[in-house]
Amino acid sequence: MSGVEGYMYPNEITLNWSVLIVLYPYITGLVAGAFILASLVRIFNVKAVAPTYRLALLTALSFLLVAPLPLQLHLGHPLRSPEMYFTPHSTSAMAMFGFVYLWYLMAVLVFEIWLDYRSDIVHLSQTSTGWKRTLYRAMTLGSDNISPRSLAIDHKVGWIVTLVGIPSAFILHGYVGFIFGSLKANPWWNSPLMPVVFLFSAMVSGIAAVLLLYMGISKLRKTPVDMPCVDTIAMYLFYIFILDFSLEMLDLVHRVYEADESFRTLNFMVHTKLYFSQIVLQICLGTLVPIFLLAITQVKKLPELVRRRIYIVSGFLVQLGVFAMRWNVVIGGQLFSKSFLGYTTYKMSLVTKEGLFAAIALTVLPLVILWILVKLLPPWDKEAQASIPAATAAN
Amino acid sequence: MNIDRRHLLVMLPAAAIAWKYVLAGTPEESPNYTMTDHWWSMLINIPKCIGCGNCVRACAAENDVPDGHFRTWVERYHVTDWNLSNPEVVSPDGGKEGFPAVPKSVGGDEGFSSSPESAGKYFFVPKLCNHCEDSPCTQVCPVGATFIAPDGVVLVDQTYCLGCAYCVQACPYGCRYIHPEKKVADKCTLCYHRITKGLTTACCEACPTGTRQLVDLKDPNDPIHTFLKTHSVQVLKPQMATGAKVFYNEMDGSVR
Repeated sequence: MSGVEGYMYPNEITLNWSVLIVLYPYITGLVAGAFILASLVRIFNVKAVAPTYRLALLTALSFLLVAPLPLQLHLGHPLRSPEMYFTPHSTSAMAMFGFVYLWYLMAVLVFEIWLDYRSDIVHLSQTSTGWKRTLYRAMTLGSDNISPRSLAIDHKVGWIVTLVGIPSAFILHGYVGFIFGSLKANPWWNSPLMPVVFLFSAMVSGIAAVLLLYMGISKLRKTPVDMPCVDTIAMYLFYIFILDFSLEMLDLVHRVYEADESFRTLNFMVHTKLYFSQIVLQICLGTLVPIFLLAITQVKKLPELVRRRIYIVSGFLVQLGVFAMRWNVVIGGQLFSKSFLGYTTYKMSLVTKEGLFAAIALTVLPLVILWILVKLLPPWDKEAQASIPAATAAN
Repeated sequence: MNIDRRHLLVMLPAAAIAWKYVLAGTPEESPNYTMTDHWWSMLINIPKCIGCGNCVRACAAENDVPDGHFRTWVERYHVTDWNLSNPEVVSPDGGKEGFPAVPKSVGGDEGFSSSPESAGKYFFVPKLCNHCEDSPCTQVCPVGATFIAPDGVVLVDQTYCLGCAYCVQACPYGCRYIHPEKKVADKCTLCYHRITKGLTTACCEACPTGTRQLVDLKDPNDPIHTFLKTHSVQVLKPQMATGAKVFYNEMDGSVR
């Protein structure tokens, strides 16, 4: 059999979960991470990152809208997916997906964005013309009361929504880790640390994504980058990254030291089939290098330009590393036989509905949605604009 | 019979509706079968298996199993004296066409003599769904399309399955697969269409040595009760705590 070394149970030779299932935890991770960044402003009162607050929310929304698509495309019978809402199976972790997803989408993200943008929407519905006017009017949901008292209520409710949103974001992504971590049949996945590791890597990837997007958009708009803002984001990124890396290493060290029945097999896999994606991409390039780079910015006073470049390079490396981590979990977990006697190979198709092109399209789609959202609901308000020169001057 | 245009117009939609049910087939009836009276499982007597692959072929023919996928398969183990816990296992095409002959000069790992005495042992292990009592596959199904029937058989409602493959991942024994045409989870049904009519499974029927025996634990007259009393019987991967119900007699410790 091509691509098989040793012995696989005959039904294990072809992988059932493809690159799309790699994409799914990666995308939901970005959602959770971006939201946590937004909550820093709202709940934890980190004023320095305020310029990215709205962008983080819109980023979370655009990725969240795409998050179920890889799953949908992967299903053998996509049209039957509503059954997960109508007849959820109470003992299935996966059955909770629909509810967690809908709750997070409607009760948290869309609600919070609407509350935050309400005065803008009312204003836009009065100033714009044509189809835009109709659209904004619809988006006001019939409420054009933007009196200070009403806005104060919005603010209070928004605070509560964010407060509820933090555990929701944790559940949304922790649950993705649980899907893998709770399977006792698969020793590569089976770990109570899995949801926690997923969560922290999610925060890392989401925060880095917003950092990159903010710097990229600033470049496109030819506006100066708010350095105190990106410095603060980078600081949070660094510390959360340290936590994330410690957890991943704890998992690894535990596995190596415990060396249970699966260890020989998994160890061999990490040194052969997963060597490039796990050791080189995930651990070295995607974790150690960016942690090192970010550490330099924390201990040494570097010129602005150098810091910006470091943030950009680290941001991209983080994305690479976290994507590799998802890959190693999802694909790696299917490359070895549950008999611990052999290995198979993942052959990625190109143009099928679960192929490379579909994966690329699904990665680009959230950015397109974000572009539309940014056009529709500009995340930069006048105050923030005004504060940028002042802030840079102060720096 | 004279059918005018008016009649034809009336009959066509009716026929179209009926056609769906014609295609779906009529469910087979088993009027004398009461699910709660049975608790099905299987006994596999390893020393009796000769690796002929009859069971695999019979299963594939009976259940229309697609090529390259298996509701049952047979593995050949080669366990050497110097590496008891790391057997060499083969199952070419699931053992459907039997096995290649064992090489004459077996053994012979560097540093070890290749005498027939030290060449280790060869034996066959037929595998199938273990119809677990606490099955991890039914636990994870998001819509409950796969379930444990009251008679202890783990089944899949293929008209309801989403094809998410979570159950395939959750099975520790590799017994499930996604049917390449139907795009739903598929697995051994213990020939449910046969056992509910008083027949045995296709694999048991085709086994020339009586290695496989269908077992009904709720039947007081089933010879399994005597067998379990007098033999040392194991299940696969007991550490998984799945309550596996396929019993293996004289199973070597290296089997996984």
